[in-house]
Amino acid sequence: MILINCPYCGERDQTEFACHGEAHIARPTDTASLTDEQWGDYVFFRTNPKGIHYERWVHVHGCRRWFNAVRHTVQDEILATYEVGAPRPDVGGQQ
Amino acid sequence: MSDEREAPNRLPAGGSIDRDRPLSFTFDGKSYSGYAGDTLASALLANGVVLMGRSFKYHRPRGLIAAGSEEPNALMQLEKGDRTEPNTRATCIELYSGLSATSQNRWPSLSFDIGAVNSLVSRFIPAGFYYKTFMWPASMWLTYEKFIRKAAGLGVSPTAPDPDRYENTHAHCEVLVVGAGPAGIAAAAAAAASGARVLLIDEQNEAGGSLLASATGEQEPVRAWIADAVEQLQSNPDVTILKRTTVTGYFDYNYLTALEKVTDHLPPGSDPVAPRQRFWKIRARQVVIAAGAIERPLVFADNDRPGVMLANAVNTYINRYAVLPGRNIVVFTNNDSAYRTALNAANKGAEVVVVDTRREVDNTLVESLKNAGIKHFPGHAIVSVQGKLAVGAVRIMPLSEDGKTVQGQAWELSCDCIANSGGWTPSVHLFSQSGGKLAYRDGIAAFVPDAATVRSVNPCFSAGACNGTFSTTDCLSEGATAGRAAAIAAGFPGSDVQLPASDPASDDRGQGDIHPLWLVPTVHPVGEGAAKHFHDFQNDVTAADIHLAAREGYLSVEHLKRYTTTGMATDQGKTSNLNALAIMADIRGAQIPEVGTTTFRPPYTPVTLGAIAGQETGELFLQVRQTPMHRWHVEHNAVFEDVGDWKRPRYYPLGVEDMHAAVQRECAAVRDRVGILDASTLGKIDIQGEDAAEFLEMIYTNGWKKLAVGGCRYGLMLNEHGMIFDDGVTSRLGEHHFHMTTTTGGAARVLNWLEEWLQTEWPQMNVYCTSVTEQWAVAAINGPRARELLSTLTDIDLSTEAFPFMTTSEGQVAGVPARIYRISFTGELSYEINVPARYGRYLWDTLIEAGKAFDLCPYGTESMHVLRAEKGFIIVGQDTDGTVTPHDVDMSWIVSDKKDDFLGKRSLSRLDTARDGRPQLVGLLTEDPAFVLPEGAHIVSQVLDKPPMPTIGHVTSSYLSPNLGRSIALALLQNGKNRKGDTVQVQLMDGTVINAQVSSTVFVDEKGERARG
Repeated sequence: MILINCPYCGERDQTEFACHGEAHIARPTDTASLTDEQWGDYVFFRTNPKGIHYERWVHVHGCRRWFNAVRHTVQDEILATYEVGAPRPDVGGQQ
Repeated sequence: MSDEREAPNRLPAGGSIDRDRPLSFTFDGKSYSGYAGDTLASALLANGVVLMGRSFKYHRPRGLIAAGSEEPNALMQLEKGDRTEPNTRATCIELYSGLSATSQNRWPSLSFDIGAVNSLVSRFIPAGFYYKTFMWPASMWLTYEKFIRKAAGLGVSPTAPDPDRYENTHAHCEVLVVGAGPAGIAAAAAAAASGARVLLIDEQNEAGGSLLASATGEQEPVRAWIADAVEQLQSNPDVTILKRTTVTGYFDYNYLTALEKVTDHLPPGSDPVAPRQRFWKIRARQVVIAAGAIERPLVFADNDRPGVMLANAVNTYINRYAVLPGRNIVVFTNNDSAYRTALNAANKGAEVVVVDTRREVDNTLVESLKNAGIKHFPGHAIVSVQGKLAVGAVRIMPLSEDGKTVQGQAWELSCDCIANSGGWTPSVHLFSQSGGKLAYRDGIAAFVPDAATVRSVNPCFSAGACNGTFSTTDCLSEGATAGRAAAIAAGFPGSDVQLPASDPASDDRGQGDIHPLWLVPTVHPVGEGAAKHFHDFQNDVTAADIHLAAREGYLSVEHLKRYTTTGMATDQGKTSNLNALAIMADIRGAQIPEVGTTTFRPPYTPVTLGAIAGQETGELFLQVRQTPMHRWHVEHNAVFEDVGDWKRPRYYPLGVEDMHAAVQRECAAVRDRVGILDASTLGKIDIQGEDAAEFLEMIYTNGWKKLAVGGCRYGLMLNEHGMIFDDGVTSRLGEHHFHMTTTTGGAARVLNWLEEWLQTEWPQMNVYCTSVTEQWAVAAINGPRARELLSTLTDIDLSTEAFPFMTTSEGQVAGVPARIYRISFTGELSYEINVPARYGRYLWDTLIEAGKAFDLCPYGTESMHVLRAEKGFIIVGQDTDGTVTPHDVDMSWIVSDKKDDFLGKRSLSRLDTARDGRPQLVGLLTEDPAFVLPEGAHIVSQVLDKPPMPTIGHVTSSYLSPNLGRSIALALLQNGKNRKGDTVQVQLMDGTVINAQVSSTVFVDEKGERARG
């Protein structure tokens, strides 16, 4: 049961949050011009790394704000949280 | 004092029992007497009850081996009826007046058990027997399983609801100390001295840990110090001490769970206020684990006979409970700690013999035995145990140098108790659960926590016996150091505590110089001869089973565990795991660390499910949402349906009407006259901001920019896969102001969906979304006379010219502010009247009163479903299932081809989404108009003799339509659009095949004139 540091509320219990998968996936702008393959890549394909993973979380039972988190998928540890739109934080050179 | 005759094994003095408070109890229907301060185990033992249960597999007679929560044998069915609880450990049940316990896993009685025949055929039911024998044929497993389950037995579950109350509670602290023995108390004292908030938790009903088993006069300075330290901790407002509480799990980010047995030591139901048990969820900055160690048995021939006990348990019964388990006690050991038991037992008048597998024993110990007149057999081992229902005698023989064989002069010693010790196993369970790794320490022959592997998210320290430190003096100093370090790590200044002066002469040095002997040889090789060498008592696993597993290739410790079921009983192998690993290591010729350990998993001891549920049972299990009109529905006999968390009236039966009759009547009333529906549960989202229209353009498939203020529009939302996700009518209340409605169950999901896009993808958009579901109460009046009815209550011009279909208007209804939406989910003339929630019941009552003149009929969700199906309106989640596009439900008209983009648009032209022949929504009219198809029934392409038949679709909605006088259905059918007019076959569960004609989805008023009228 991990603790998550909401950028807006501070440290809260995991039960207050929901994870919505990989972060930094921008929705394509000119969707009509995309091939099926390009569009399919956006809709269906996500990385599944063993190690550092950038994720979108929402403080669904709290401030209802979305934010990003860096989680280590093996240790299940959240290494950093940051606001949507902010650049990927440096987590000690781990990649 | 009790009038009754003193129990045979009760010592005349001593112990921490209260002899002024005798308590009577029953075991297997027979009455006994014990004292306050006894456990069920100690009270039975005092009364000379040795046989306490039958083993799991072989039904061997079993007695106590332990005095604590590691007890594998003495499992009891506690109490009767709705309070009965199976598999409780007699050693953990504090005696109370009137306690009733029964033995388990035996029939017809404990001393004569038919199932013991398993013991005679045990040669034929070794490890893996069930896997090997009952696997084939697979279809027979269900038959076998019933018998195996019954034969496997153990206790029985209650069948009635649990009458007791339970609580969940949350706690936060800087330093959590697990265990209130010398190490734990020193840790708590040191941490508390720094000013940290400390939570000290212990399984027992009093602090002291290992000292609770020590004799009066032993280690007096330490006992005095402990008593003083506990008193100080109790008076410190920053310290909470939980007794009778077991830390059951260690989870990430220092989240630990604990089970407090609040009133289990009292007669059931006798405390009117306190719960039975309380489940703690603790978040600690730092944790000090001082969980102690568990003595493990020696694995010798027939070491499971009742009367064979762990040496320290014997010591505990003597000193803590004033019970002498035997008059003739053989102490059998490979280490020093059992000598204390021998001396204490002799001191209380028992005849004691010490059999030590070691040839060399510390001289002081030898001297002390001599002084106490105790016979000593160094370098010997027990090779057999006589007696079935209780120990009668043992044979001992000298051990060979390597400990692998016995040879030479045998002696027979008569005895009624064997106190044995194979050494001490540190309780590393919690450390292991925290993710830390274990290291094997040869000097103590056990695994200990490897402090270098503490995970950064689970900062913790191990101290005392659980860390492999057995001397009481060292436990105190290690505990104090850990408590101080934990407080510093939690941000407090370090404080020192004054510890009692160490006295090497009186210090309890625990197991001392242990020479492990993992498997005690006998005259036969293991597995031959009648004797069994048990290591796991609760699951009846023997050394021979480990040999068998090794022969069959189950060498890995994880395979060994599952194949033999070692360590998989309710005690999770507390006394057996290390012995099993070591025996396997010996077979493989490997070192113990190479074999490794299995994973320790929570809970440390079994947790009652009721405690986990806590208060969240019955009415508190799930929140219930009710509309402002709810009481009216209750008063008018509504039958409710759960929709999300909402209670919605499903239908309103009149008199003896069943659902079918009520729905037929309600549906007819709506089409003929006028009906009223409580629509307050519909999801409602207020959307405002300069970019609101732009935003809706992306969210919905159709266009929104041109919607006039005051206009309403139906919209479909798709996910990025192009699949229908929700629907509803959204109205434009102002240039930058919209009122969105969603499905009842989808309201929260839709709001999250909107927020997700606004916050993550389009943060530049100026749009604000607010849930207003509960701010509005909604009464929907539907039917040809709806306008007449409403006109009696409002001045708003209701003429079609002034207030056309798909528009909204604001004004007063029945004297209260209202917003009316002229939209329709029934296809009839319809007004959805929204008023602030506080006027909901008033509006409803007023409409019902005014409606009398029009024979207004309240209708529920079931009629709503029939009415909308007659019109072919879909219900998202019923007629769609997440794989359905707007084109699939024949709603291409709502997909704008003018917009560059909207969510899911690009997916609609994907190869698979755009192909012909997808499952498409159609109407179905059965050949027999009276037959109503079951929802979910499959449409088959080919009729065969029996199922399965190739399926080409399924029925999604199906009703008897009173307005058509026949059944109607909606179905998703492959290539359905091109099959209109075809006859298809629908297969039912019983194999019957029904013919139906594919039709349009709209069955009533295809042109939609009624709603516009």
